[in-house]
Amino acid sequence: MNPQELLLWVRGTGLQLATAVCVLGMTYRLLHLALLGRKKNLAEARGSEWGPGLRTMWRRSFVLPELSARGKFTVVAGYTFHFGFFITLLFLSQHIAMLRAVLGFGWPALPHSAIEIAAILTLAAMIALLVHRYMDPVKRMLSGFEDYLTWLLTFLPLLSGFMLLHGIGPAYTQMLTLHLLSVELLLIAIPFTKLAHMLTTFSARWYNGAFAGYKGVKA
Amino acid sequence: MKDHDTLEHRLTQQGISRRSFLKFCTAMASLMALPPGTAPAIAAALAQAKRPSVIWLSFQECTGCTESLTRSHSPTLESLIFDMISLDYHHTLQAASGFAAEKSREDAMKDFYGKYLLLVDGSIPTKDNGIYSTIAGRTNLDLLQEAAKGAAAIVAVGSCAAFGGLPMAKPNPTGAAPVSDLIKDKPIINISGCPPIPSVITGVLAHYLTFGELPALDELGRPKAFYGETIHDRCYRRPFYDQGKFAKTFDDEGARNGWCLYELGCKGPTTHNACATTKWNGGAGFPIEAGHGCLGCSEPNFWDAGSFYTPLAAPTSNIGAIAGAAALAGAAAAVALSAADRAKKKSLQQTHEKLTVKDISN
Amino acid sequence: MTTSLQGGINRMMEQIDGPIATFFSSCVHCGLCADACLFYTETQNPKYTPIHKLEPMRRLWQQEFTFWGKLMSRLGLSKPVTDAELAAWEPLVYDSCTMCGRCSLACPVGNDIVYMVRKMREGMVVSGHAPDDIKGATQRAIELGGPMGITFATLQAHIKHAEKETGLTIPVDQIGADYMMVLSSAEIADFSEIIPAVTRIFDHAKVSWTFASDGFEGTNSGMQLGSSDLAAELVGRLVKAAERLKVKYVISPECGHAYTALRWEGPNLIGRPYPFKVVHIIELLDELRAAGRLRTEGMDDTRLTFHDPCQMVRRGGVVEQPRKLLKQVASNFVEMPNPGVQNWCCGGGGGVSAIERAEPLRQVAFKRKKSQLDAINVNTIVTSCSNCRNVLQDGLEHYHMPQQVVGLTELIAEHLAEKK
Ligand code: SF4
Ligand code: SF4
Ligand code: SF4
Ligand code: SF4
Repeated sequence: MNPQELLLWVRGTGLQLATAVCVLGMTYRLLHLALLGRKKNLAEARGSEWGPGLRTMWRRSFVLPELSARGKFTVVAGYTFHFGFFITLLFLSQHIAMLRAVLGFGWPALPHSAIEIAAILTLAAMIALLVHRYMDPVKRMLSGFEDYLTWLLTFLPLLSGFMLLHGIGPAYTQMLTLHLLSVELLLIAIPFTKLAHMLTTFSARWYNGAFAGYKGVKA
Repeated sequence: MKDHDTLEHRLTQQGISRRSFLKFCTAMASLMALPPGTAPAIAAALAQAKRPSVIWLSFQECTGCTESLTRSHSPTLESLIFDMISLDYHHTLQAASGFAAEKSREDAMKDFYGKYLLLVDGSIPTKDNGIYSTIAGRTNLDLLQEAAKGAAAIVAVGSCAAFGGLPMAKPNPTGAAPVSDLIKDKPIINISGCPPIPSVITGVLAHYLTFGELPALDELGRPKAFYGETIHDRCYRRPFYDQGKFAKTFDDEGARNGWCLYELGCKGPTTHNACATTKWNGGAGFPIEAGHGCLGCSEPNFWDAGSFYTPLAAPTSNIGAIAGAAALAGAAAAVALSAADRAKKKSLQQTHEKLTVKDISN
Repeated sequence: MTTSLQGGINRMMEQIDGPIATFFSSCVHCGLCADACLFYTETQNPKYTPIHKLEPMRRLWQQEFTFWGKLMSRLGLSKPVTDAELAAWEPLVYDSCTMCGRCSLACPVGNDIVYMVRKMREGMVVSGHAPDDIKGATQRAIELGGPMGITFATLQAHIKHAEKETGLTIPVDQIGADYMMVLSSAEIADFSEIIPAVTRIFDHAKVSWTFASDGFEGTNSGMQLGSSDLAAELVGRLVKAAERLKVKYVISPECGHAYTALRWEGPNLIGRPYPFKVVHIIELLDELRAAGRLRTEGMDDTRLTFHDPCQMVRRGGVVEQPRKLLKQVASNFVEMPNPGVQNWCCGGGGGVSAIERAEPLRQVAFKRKKSQLDAINVNTIVTSCSNCRNVLQDGLEHYHMPQQVVGLTELIAEHLAEKK
């Protein structure tokens, strides 16, 4: 395969495969979780489930105010990484061009300079989080191979995208191929790893809020 | 048999001044990224070089490559090419036809066996024994194999000969193949482009005549001197790309301001060619200067790389449909497997033995 | 049945439902739940990280309920849950979790961790790995009528005493009364002032109420042990008594876990809705107050604060009521840092106060409450859970702190307006 054929493959078949695995896996997971179900609550409700459930899906983005230094670090770096990641993903003009091709609509892009700052902050936050995961006793105890693997799979698209935009490393064709490949690996990994939290967290928050709401607890 | 006197002799005969010859050599030197001081050396070497015999075979092609080379008005530097070589067979350009034409090819092959240059434009159909394109009753494949045997080197001119080009685009009904897929035992140089830049052809021949060998090639067999950089590397719209300023349509504000054509499908970033530096039509410009993105014509498979007008970032296949199908499959799997899991739980619940106070008594 | 590893594993699997699978799917190993748990913050020992307490159940989920995990365990590539592992986890699941639910509030992805602890205990007890002390308490509750071995005869003695003290009659087994009063063993044994207190309040507010001789004790150690089977038996007694007496309401005592067991778990344990309603005594008092039936006089001007019992507040939803009541009788009420649903646990809930070997750890964990108290400098701590009350008193004594602990119901009773 010559570089152009490889690029064509990742833009075509490769992307189709990765999308198929990701969508199939995530639909399966979300629906499987929902269908596992739970017992009907026979205790008389004091409040309701849906409203508080939906509210918690959003409100849980703001964590408990009382945090240790290590907790604060996790929150600040975690937010930087999540925000930065989604800003680069959703507001880089090249990405919008891609999404427009898939979705049929697009939105205004941010200037490259803004994306640049977001990308650098994201990369820095991710590196800091990796070091912290390894150094902090709690996180280190909780972490396994999967935690480091998913870190890498998230980091690679960011890094290769950054290099692509700045002309660092191999020629554009090869770099674009690598960038797309890293994205495809990430897509494939989502349903099989903790990366699934990108959707399941909303069900988890819903349950959490619904349980509390049922009992009339405003949490 | 032709007269194989020196190039200098021919030039004087044709009344071309030494000054314009030197100018040509300087241009060649700079094109091939050689130090400017080498121009007189090139001139000296070229002047004394014997004109080599060249056989030009045209297969599945549109004659665009030949057009590109000859369309330039005389006396352009490119036209000098025909003074540098002895073109013994070219079925579009030669005066002879029929048996006479084939005879001159056969003679050249015999007389200059092992020494002649074989230029090929067009791809070669291989399906059904190559019957989709024949010349004088013989298939292209046959002609190529025969001519390749005695060739010193083969120059594949244009993307069809180099990479298969349009004839090889999906679904490739004739089984078209590039030269390099069929001939493995000869040095092959690919001068890709649809069509290739005329001065690139000239430059490669000049290099061959000057140094007696082929120039350094990239992994796709293209001379690095011309294909080492991408259009995007040298594009004058590049600053806009870096700032994220893109024209959205061919006549919007951005287009008028000369912003980057990436979103309009420009393939410049992945296309290795010299258009942005060499330019076309005697230096008049190149497509991006005319407001149209690069089509990627000098790269393999460029006809199959999606629409010319969709951005490089866009997928080349239908993602939405596959995602829809995958969602359905995922839903079906979830229904089936969660039923199994619920059955497992149900059987556990049915066999649930009540914990009694006896079980926790010490 | 006999307890066994396989039995425990099966019981745990039986518990894994949509929410649990969702929670395990979502955990990102951020470690933030550690900051919410007093056992971690006070010891800095990573093993007390809430989600880590569920590790065996997480693996079970992974191996039995995920595509990848099923594949791996079929190929023999996963680490099965062992008896030794469950034994090692017993102190984590019981001694170091008060089921306070603070972690469930902190997890950024929304995991209700304590919901899972409760379910994991179901498997732990069937596997034979539950603390002897809680087992003993449950056995006593089932065989004798209360976790401390208190029988109706003991209560009767207190009732007599209270009748003498108040000059009022205390109804027992009164069919058709509106409310059936339930107490906790700790109240009967250690804080029996509650009996004359409610007697006077109900007389004052003209509440029709009764005790039941066959259902007077609300603590549910079966629930703390994690056995729904045993918890159902205990709650079933109260339901039977309430149905026999045809009451409209059952009053949960000042005991957080009794409230959770009776109010939220009860109908699910017995498998049907109640024909009566359950109210927490504080809920009822506040209703009476709002209806103008609870008139008080005089103000306590001691500097005092309110300790939120986790099960009543964060896990029970009775948050504002105690504050409204307090403000009616106390002029110098201050909140501690993080009051209400975010308050810190006393360190003794979820059965922890019953586990003797957990005592040293519990005292370390109490440092969290201590630092909250140190920040506000009060003389009195009011609360409305007899277990909290015991644990607070213990902790205060251990750290030589001078504060008094008072029950909210008694405080209200002291300020009842004289009848006109
Ligand atoms: S117009 Fe094409 S070649 Fe020029 S900068 Fe834009 S993308 Fe690159
Ligand atoms: S700009 Fe691109 S498409 Fe146009 S001639 Fe050059 S390489 Fe071919
Ligand atoms: S419920 Fe409370 S004690 Fe138990 S793990 Fe969570 S925070 Fe810790
Ligand atoms: S806070 Fe939630 S996501 Fe983070 S480690 Fe604890 S349970 Fe997992």
